[in-house]
Amino acid sequence: MISAHLPALQVVVPLLAAPLIVLARRGAAGWAIATAASFASLAIAIALFLQVRDTGMISYAIGSWPPPWGIEYRVDAVNSFVLVLVGALASVVAPYAWRSVAAEVPEDQHYLCYAMFCLVLAGLLGIAITGDAFNLFVFLEISSLASYVLIALGRDRRALLASYQYLVMGTIGATFYVIGVGLLYLMTGTLNLADLAARIGDVQGSRPVLAALAFITVGVCLKLALFPLHYWLPNAYAYSPSVVAAFLAGTATKVSIYVLLRFYFSVFGEAATFVALPMREIFLVLSLAAMFLASLAAVFQDNLKHMLAYSSVGQIGYITLGISLDNEAGLTGSMLHLFNHGITKSALFLLAGCFVFRLRSVQFADLAGVGRTMPLTTAGIVVGGLSLVGVPGMAGFVTKWYLVLGALDAGSWVIAFAPVVSSLIALWYVWRFVETAYFQEPSAAAAAAKEAPTVLLGPALLGAAACVYFGFDTSFTVGAASRAAEALLAGMR
Amino acid sequence: MSFLSHFSYAVTIALMIAGLYVVIARGNLIKKLIGLSIFQTSVYLLYIAPGKLIGGTAPIVDGKHVIYSNPLPHVLILTAIVVGIATLALGLALVVRIREAYGTIEEDEILDADGAATADRPGA
Repeated sequence: MISAHLPALQVVVPLLAAPLIVLARRGAAGWAIATAASFASLAIAIALFLQVRDTGMISYAIGSWPPPWGIEYRVDAVNSFVLVLVGALASVVAPYAWRSVAAEVPEDQHYLCYAMFCLVLAGLLGIAITGDAFNLFVFLEISSLASYVLIALGRDRRALLASYQYLVMGTIGATFYVIGVGLLYLMTGTLNLADLAARIGDVQGSRPVLAALAFITVGVCLKLALFPLHYWLPNAYAYSPSVVAAFLAGTATKVSIYVLLRFYFSVFGEAATFVALPMREIFLVLSLAAMFLASLAAVFQDNLKHMLAYSSVGQIGYITLGISLDNEAGLTGSMLHLFNHGITKSALFLLAGCFVFRLRSVQFADLAGVGRTMPLTTAGIVVGGLSLVGVPGMAGFVTKWYLVLGALDAGSWVIAFAPVVSSLIALWYVWRFVETAYFQEPSAAAAAAKEAPTVLLGPALLGAAACVYFGFDTSFTVGAASRAAEALLAGMR
Repeated sequence: MSFLSHFSYAVTIALMIAGLYVVIARGNLIKKLIGLSIFQTSVYLLYIAPGKLIGGTAPIVDGKHVIYSNPLPHVLILTAIVVGIATLALGLALVVRIREAYGTIEEDEILDADGAATADRPGA
């Protein structure tokens, strides 16, 4: 009986957890509720994933108002995969939050921090699950507003400015998106994504629809931090509490990429975006710029979190590169990287949080020689870093393999080389960390440090282990990603 | 004629550009938020204006009232207004905190203050 309502529960559970935590007003109770909500979200996401895999698309009418009049929650091969990613990362981050939040956030704000965490989770799951364009905007704003608050909780005063800048950029992005949706609504009279896809054919190519495509593209690309629009990301990740950086780095931009995929392939259709317009070329150029320039910027950072943040911008370039290839192998690569990079980057930020816990700093100067006193944490970062580089046997390698296949399918040798060359830049910045942590004389702080407690190290190393696991056992990830790519290419009709 | 029938769009676009310009061009954090608010307000107009038909009635389903105004955009924009208020409130709260931490709300001075702070700390 309850299984019929899983799509609604997916969002309702974390959404209700947030006010519960505020009512409890206690950090410990807040943490327990947030963790329980995260585990429940993961369980529901897995149940939905299995159900979609076995029986196909699920359509759930909120309040029993039939779509397209009511709001529809629509779970298919594409977003069930994203739901599992968000649920899984929340479930790894939440247990870790217990000690990390205690160390980095003033005590009277703990329960608010957990409440905001639940709101971000509800918002992200909502964006992924909803089949209604305006409902998507509302969830986008729920998750964004809560994440601005979380970022501002950072100890450094620069966190406030980072949060403010993210608020301005994020609001411009969301407003652009809603302008695009408004124009689509004017032309088609519907907000349901599947209904939009069915009706847009009659007005395809008209000026308001083209304007809508442009507004939605720019708006969503701001949220997913595509290369020239990534200005807000590095400081937001570097100065926010470690838990927040770990959760947002793995989920927020990934969910925005899902929105882009949904609009390009399911709503507008690839004929309108990639054949009639030069979107392929635009995304190709921006992706390559991200892969090279942002990765290169990562090499010259003095702060581990800044380095990881710039590396995120570069890695997002890989995902959009797969989109621009517009074939099955390329899209499989994109969906795979969405997942693989999500877990890799979250694991790395969690491990960086262990350094923050012991050293109160992630400046490279303070991390010198830390490999001797915190060997597990350092080794974990090296493993995660190798997954970023894409060494065979790591999750990142599987992605790059599919991207290269996609590029070859698209008939371009030059593009096939791009992920390989960009990996060398990733190797360069990972090497900088290795050199600092293992081969330099220990700094005063590093010499006195010891491993972070198990409650912190455990979830973080679990993430690092997942990078290795998904590099060997690809049946889950590749299976899910290729089903998602097929579903995207088949369109929504 | 054509301009008059598209008057609401002209106003919408003017507000949109003015708001976005203020966000980009002004260094004062509060002025930026005001610009952002104007930018969001233009979207409210974009949705609401086309919902009104001249001579249209309330949406009542019967044979006599064929031309009616669409109520849905208004409902959507009620939600968007709430989102806009929340954004503005959070933005202003952040500006208060920024002023407490830096003693100024001019973007240039804040960036200078951080630049000086990082220069003091070697390796930062």
